[in-house]
Amino acid sequence: MSLLLTQEVPISWYLLLSAVLFSLGVAGFLVKRNLITVFMSIELMLNAVNLSFVTFAHQWHAVKGQIFVFFVMMVAAAEAAVGLAIIIAVFRARATLAVDRIDLMKL
Amino acid sequence: MHLILFFVFAGFCLAGAINLLLQSHPINSALSLIVVMTSLAVLYLLLGAEFLAAAQVIVYAGAIMVLFTFVVMLLNAGREERTLGSRTARSVGFPAVVAILAVIATVILKAQGLGVATLGEGLSDAKGSTNIEVLSRVLFHELLLPFEVTSILILIAILGAVALASHGDGPHGSRERMGGE
Repeated sequence: MSLLLTQEVPISWYLLLSAVLFSLGVAGFLVKRNLITVFMSIELMLNAVNLSFVTFAHQWHAVKGQIFVFFVMMVAAAEAAVGLAIIIAVFRARATLAVDRIDLMKL
Repeated sequence: MHLILFFVFAGFCLAGAINLLLQSHPINSALSLIVVMTSLAVLYLLLGAEFLAAAQVIVYAGAIMVLFTFVVMLLNAGREERTLGSRTARSVGFPAVVAILAVIATVILKAQGLGVATLGEGLSDAKGSTNIEVLSRVLFHELLLPFEVTSILILIAILGAVALASHGDGPHGSRERMGGE
């Protein structure tokens, strides 16, 4: 019981959680066949890396790590806006969201 | 307390991420991604990053995921279908992912002297300034130029999104298509 009430959690557990989330993001990126879900998996990977940054910022008491996460968030917001606009444009041109059928650039 | 909160919200994170993979409808995946991002905000709080926890909820769980769910509804995205490509991706993708995870986990578990994360011990220094004070002091003095450049990036992204999402065939064609649906 006293173990559960402790104020300390090993840094490596946070890093392992981040690694597992990143791997699940990679798996979603490879396995999912829907363009929007593939894009969501990319966001999941970005979030996993952000968790690593915050963990290391906590470990080193370094403010730059948290500021980097802030910049990643801003770039992710810009990326989401442009990416979803591209998805809308692709859907308008091909009338599908299945990644197998979006093969216009295939030789 | 820290341990209990960590386990609960790490569990939510993992459950949401696995559910994102298992669901076949994009709107369910989007909702489980919101669960992941909100739980991550709580983990940021545990690590003493209050500003980032708030920004995570507002920017990720709020703005970005609203955009996602809006696009899912706008495009009326249905269930994904099983194809030859998806079977190949499954049989190749999962072993590759397990290999990646094994490598990263080995590196983390072998690393010495990572130490522990203690609740309430963040960036705040002895002078009693809060996390957000420390953060903004660096952000608006040392890193003012990158910060301003990012605003230009977001402006360009807005223009690009509008240019991409607006109809390429002019207002006349768009009116026709809207009427056709």
